[in-house]
Amino acid sequence: MKLNINLQELLGAIDVPADWVGMREVYEAHTPRMIRDGVPVANGRYATHGVMVEVLVDGQFGYYGTPNMTNEGIADAAVRAYRQAKMASKYSVFSFDLKARPPFKGEYHSPYSKDRESLSAGSLNQLLLSAYNNLKVSDKIVSASSLCQIIETSSRFISSNGSDINQEFLMLEFDLSATAADGSNQQTRTFGGMRGTCRQMGVEFFDKYEILSNANRIGEQALELLTAVECPSGEMDVVIAPDQMMLQIHESIGHALEVDRILGDERNYAGWSFVKLDDFGKLKYGSDLMNITFDPTLESEFASYAFDDGGLKASKEYLIKEGTLLRGLGGQESQIRSGLDGVANFRSSGWNRAPIDRMANINLEPGMSSFDDLIGSVENGIYMESNKSWSIDDYRNKFQFGCEYGRLIENGRLTQVVKNPNYRGISIPFWNSLKGVGNADTFGIYGTPNCGKGEPNQVIRVGHASPACLFGNIQVFGGV
Amino acid sequence: MEMIFNSLSEALFSCIDDHEHLVISFDGENSQFIRFNNASIRQTGLVDDAAIELKYIANGRTCNGAFTVSGNQSVDLERGKSEIARMRLEAKEIPEDPFLVLPQNSGSSHEIKSVNGLPFKDAVDALIPVMQGMDFVGIWVNGKMFRGNANSLGQKHWFETESHCLDYSLVTPSHQMVKGCYAGNNWNQNEYEKYVENSKNKLAIMERKPVKIDTGEYKTWFEAAAVADFLGMFSWNGISEASLRQGCSGFGRMRHEDVRLSPKFSIAEDFSPGFCPKFNSEGEVSQDSLLLIKKGELENTLVSSRSAKEYNLNSNYAESGEYLRSPKMASGSLNHDNVLKQLDKGLYLSNIHYLNWSDNPGGRITGLTRYACFWVEQGEIVAPIETMRFDDSFYRFFGDQLVEVEDKLTVIPETSTYGKRSLGATTCPGILVNSFALTL
Repeated sequence: MKLNINLQELLGAIDVPADWVGMREVYEAHTPRMIRDGVPVANGRYATHGVMVEVLVDGQFGYYGTPNMTNEGIADAAVRAYRQAKMASKYSVFSFDLKARPPFKGEYHSPYSKDRESLSAGSLNQLLLSAYNNLKVSDKIVSASSLCQIIETSSRFISSNGSDINQEFLMLEFDLSATAADGSNQQTRTFGGMRGTCRQMGVEFFDKYEILSNANRIGEQALELLTAVECPSGEMDVVIAPDQMMLQIHESIGHALEVDRILGDERNYAGWSFVKLDDFGKLKYGSDLMNITFDPTLESEFASYAFDDGGLKASKEYLIKEGTLLRGLGGQESQIRSGLDGVANFRSSGWNRAPIDRMANINLEPGMSSFDDLIGSVENGIYMESNKSWSIDDYRNKFQFGCEYGRLIENGRLTQVVKNPNYRGISIPFWNSLKGVGNADTFGIYGTPNCGKGEPNQVIRVGHASPACLFGNIQVFGGV
Repeated sequence: MEMIFNSLSEALFSCIDDHEHLVISFDGENSQFIRFNNASIRQTGLVDDAAIELKYIANGRTCNGAFTVSGNQSVDLERGKSEIARMRLEAKEIPEDPFLVLPQNSGSSHEIKSVNGLPFKDAVDALIPVMQGMDFVGIWVNGKMFRGNANSLGQKHWFETESHCLDYSLVTPSHQMVKGCYAGNNWNQNEYEKYVENSKNKLAIMERKPVKIDTGEYKTWFEAAAVADFLGMFSWNGISEASLRQGCSGFGRMRHEDVRLSPKFSIAEDFSPGFCPKFNSEGEVSQDSLLLIKKGELENTLVSSRSAKEYNLNSNYAESGEYLRSPKMASGSLNHDNVLKQLDKGLYLSNIHYLNWSDNPGGRITGLTRYACFWVEQGEIVAPIETMRFDDSFYRFFGDQLVEVEDKLTVIPETSTYGKRSLGATTCPGILVNSFALTL
């Protein structure tokens, strides 16, 4: 049940001598449903609703997140935020002015054709149960699950200098998972890696035929992996599917380009970055085939929007063009602090956290090669799909990824399935080894609901779209 | 907060019919956050937050609902009634759950920790002066936390505490870092200043030029903070009974192949220090201590009541996610003063970073060195090392490669603030390992 409040009236109830006051109201409801091993394990609806009052005093922002959305509650929140900012202002990292919150007005409504209530809880449970039955292709499948989560978010931002922004989102996360096991030999196959399938759309997503056929394929592939040989070790070419490319982009490009990291805000938690402020416009990040965009406009991608949480209007921008680093992921505050061009990426996880620089949709633009071209150009290599393990250092240099499903590439052809395909590398040499970028036919749109960063910690939704890509001479290895 | 919880839960229980059950969980906080960069304030604010989660059971079906507690009783009651009405309808159309667990009334509890914390208004002036002159970066978190649970059979638990935590890094001009975490309940200004000064003293050795280490296997000392990170992996596809049954636990070799860790390795879930409530989100109360691995042998896994019903076992009242809430690893006999001498030549790792399973069935974990990590020769610290990736199995470093365990235990507080501030801590010693694999 969403409480209707008049945000403008609440703004009028605030009486503090601040240079600027903003209010961001966020309502978000998650509706998870899950069938595991034939029985329902999740049917819920989790809602959160509150307001973040933010004030600017003597160059320092202060905030107060409150669920008390009465005139008295908001007025008190503003007074406390004011005191907090005033107290901190003598030690500010940077003295901001009104340029940090430019006024914009506008709306965004994520695209969908069928809302949550178009599919009943009972029907959705039945569909997930049918998917489970198709995942369970053998007694060797010791556990299988089908799950979805529908997310409805409303965000309204107004300010004393005239911002008035309303954004409404309907989003979906979906996954199928089958685990085959024989003693301690265990293999899990999912639908695009853990929660990799996440989009802005409605329940029109639930195409029964497609879900059931994918469930069957995933169950069969889990079984296939159980008896597959280990991925070989050595340096070789690797063709990476979009559902793994998304995490490669996320970890070794997205986080590295966050300007607040480069400015050192994150050094105690997520880390720093190998990218320096003077690298923009100069650093050869990858091969000439590499074109990376910040694209909040791609329809149905998970983190599309029209304005960030500081109220800045969002647009598509090239971060890396033909391999050269052009622009960082810095919102208005970071742009002012660094003097660099940035993007509208000042985002928060909800009403109880202040915005920081985040990824949104960070995509690798399609190239010219067909999938057959990519595979056909490899004499000895591995094709990898779907992330299952990820790790990277605090400067975003040394990464290691594991995938669910691999196939050998021998003399330009995909041959036998291999299990536990892993690879590791260092970001800049890796991206400079990019020697083939798939065309639009190989392009996949994915994302993750679980990007963690910030102090206090925030988990946020990001989108990543990519074609399949070919990298040369990568360090590849298998399991124990 | 307790009054709000009590009145709201009583009102919602009165909406339940005889054939229905309702379990109510509550969590809340009044928090102050101050974020530092370069000993200055980057962001600061306050958050009041509280949420009620309802678990509704009727006719063999379970539904959940949650809403934010505004503090306005009529608004909150309306939200709660609306959720019950929604769940009542939904329970008529979803499939039956054969493994649902009905609530019980096994007794109530009430625990409020009175502390002498640092008032919000004093935080900036108390914290910043000792940081001056250093590149200090981190987060100050302070304030009250609340947890409650009640069910329609009359059981009620309440836990309330107040704590502070300054989680920080000191950074040298050459970008080497020392980690600190000053946490507790009662504020002591002198003790705080001494703690930060002690961190500052550790920076001296970080000024030495870092050495580059080749990949390969090294004798390695892990400080308690690094060991705590390894133990944290047990909560993710590890010690959970459901994970074992569902084929996604790294403990499979212990269960299926009778593989044992070192006799020097023991770990228990131990609630006796009171870092977090003993009751879980179902309102079930765990025993004070549950031995999980005894001298290398898997004695118990974490079993929730749902897993107990599904797999015909006895519950030890783990949380539904079957993760560790208050783990305590047993100490050994190695005195910290003798660590460098025992290590002689190898790696001294104070902290590790970004762990993940690289081969879960094989128990293999990958991650990175971070913060004060050193190369040691002839029992002396030579210099910090450049960041290295490791990839090795806990069946080795807690198993046949475990040489010795420290004789002292360190409490590593849970500092996560995802969604809300976390409770809990890991208590563990450092360990000396004969061979540990660096891979990149």
